[in-house]
Amino acid sequence: MPTKTKFELKLGMATREAFGKALVELGRENPDVVVCDADLSKSTYTALFGKEFPDRFFECGIAEANMVSIGAGLASSGKIPFVSSFSCFVMNKGFEQLRVNVAYPGLNVKIVGTHSGISIGEDGPSQMSIEDISLACSLPGFTVLCPADEVATFALVRAAAALNGPVFVRAGRMKAPILYQPGHDFAIGKAVELTEGTDVTIIATGLMVSESIRAQEALESEGIGVRVIDMHTIKPLDRDAIARAAKDTGAIVVAEEHLVDGGLGVRVSQVVAETHPCIMEFVGIENTYAESGAPEQLLDKYGLVARDVIAAVRRALVRKN
Amino acid sequence: MKQTKNVAELQEITKRVRRNIVQMIGEAKSGHPGGSLSAVEILTTLYFDVMRHDPSRPDWPDRDRFILSKGHAAPVLYCMLEETGYTPPGQLNTLRKLGSIYQGHPDRRFIPALEASTGSLGVGPSVGLGMALAARLNGSPSRTYVLVGDGESQEGQIWEAAMFGSYNQVDNIVVIVDYNKIQLDGFVKDILNLEPLAEKWRSFGWHTLEINGHDIPALQAAFAEAAAVKGKPTAIVAHTIKGKGVSFMENNPKFHGMAPTPAEMQLALQELQ
Repeated sequence: MPTKTKFELKLGMATREAFGKALVELGRENPDVVVCDADLSKSTYTALFGKEFPDRFFECGIAEANMVSIGAGLASSGKIPFVSSFSCFVMNKGFEQLRVNVAYPGLNVKIVGTHSGISIGEDGPSQMSIEDISLACSLPGFTVLCPADEVATFALVRAAAALNGPVFVRAGRMKAPILYQPGHDFAIGKAVELTEGTDVTIIATGLMVSESIRAQEALESEGIGVRVIDMHTIKPLDRDAIARAAKDTGAIVVAEEHLVDGGLGVRVSQVVAETHPCIMEFVGIENTYAESGAPEQLLDKYGLVARDVIAAVRRALVRKN
Repeated sequence: MKQTKNVAELQEITKRVRRNIVQMIGEAKSGHPGGSLSAVEILTTLYFDVMRHDPSRPDWPDRDRFILSKGHAAPVLYCMLEETGYTPPGQLNTLRKLGSIYQGHPDRRFIPALEASTGSLGVGPSVGLGMALAARLNGSPSRTYVLVGDGESQEGQIWEAAMFGSYNQVDNIVVIVDYNKIQLDGFVKDILNLEPLAEKWRSFGWHTLEINGHDIPALQAAFAEAAAVKGKPTAIVAHTIKGKGVSFMENNPKFHGMAPTPAEMQLALQELQ
């Protein structure tokens, strides 16, 4: 089946940079937007906000637990705090505070974790956030977003600010291929069907969306029709899009730069089991920590490139037929 | 609710509050009497004299805020909320029972007038700093008071908050340490000694006072001094007696986290007449 859209996949800015730019725009529009960072503001790009709005920027130092709780106090008094650090530090060191100070009272705190996944590269596993989707989704009431490119990031960060409630935004370090036209309309909880197809569906999030498009283009040349869905909202999931994909294509591959355990794939499986049980395959990090290396080398070694998505699609099709 | 600076009137309230604490925990058959009884004068002085608040407007933006970081002392806070009229009268003895607004630890979902849901130790001062920063940004006169336990002060986050508060000159926050010297497993000095505690706060850059936490005029003077300090947050190390007011609970680690039996409850209520 032919696809409607061709993707150039031109390299754009990293989602962390798009986040930082969106934050400045939000700061200009709403004086209640405030930002906390933990000594990584140059890397998370919150420094852009800090430069323009120094009185609304709180440098918390290397003390993530304190930072998350301060964010809760600010939200409790009517501010819209964006609390940012490397994803592994804000989620893991701040998790208890996210639980008791943010999720439990349901406060309007936006957590933005950058440098997620293994594509942070040379710094190695201590800095790699491969559990953050699982952790964030385990917090009742949280909305969990994982934009794939700069356009999606810009739109979803703004949508996060407009939503009254706790949100986790997962951003990456690497420059991300552009998938969307500027101004593309995004709604939290509404997945984007990037290509049409009835043989198999790939549900992907973050940087695996562009890899899935590459996989789709290769498979299309063989006459395999692939529906690629950008699941930018991991919680709440777009149940309709998943059920429709299961029903229409009978096979789903889920691709994420995250541990397979507790990740998007597991969450999609639940919806599939509850709606239209079908063949499923999973692309993600399998029960291990990665290592140092160039991001491209790591993604290749740990099975997170188009080749691995294609292999999963083939496995699914063999099982389906 | 009537605010008062009259020490005799405040002492009268503390008597009623102590009886209520013992009774509600006794009826619940579980809870933490020792650390509630040690904090009665601190909370009574705050709620009935020092804090600017209005129970008819719990969402008044410029109100002063109180966070019970040592959330297990919920009963003493619930007594304040009931006495001042934030919560309806006559329900204290539903403490810890299914459907009660008086949850085991303070829970904003059940009492929106609570400034924070607490129970996980070490987080209250940081949340308070967030509120104090918001007040500063808004040009609000609101002040934030946070009560922490001594055992709780073993949590690292307390000292993250201490560093942040002084470095950022957050002078509209007061941390009070309920220094009753006992935690669940025994005496603080035998578990992980905090001494020199006042020196620690001082060296972290806080204006630090050391007082008898059962002495209402001393508490009034300390809070007044804190309000006058500019450019620095204030820490009040309040020396208290765990289980204060009930002879067999005083200085007894057993009553950190154990309810009195019915017989002990009767005995305690007689002592508190």
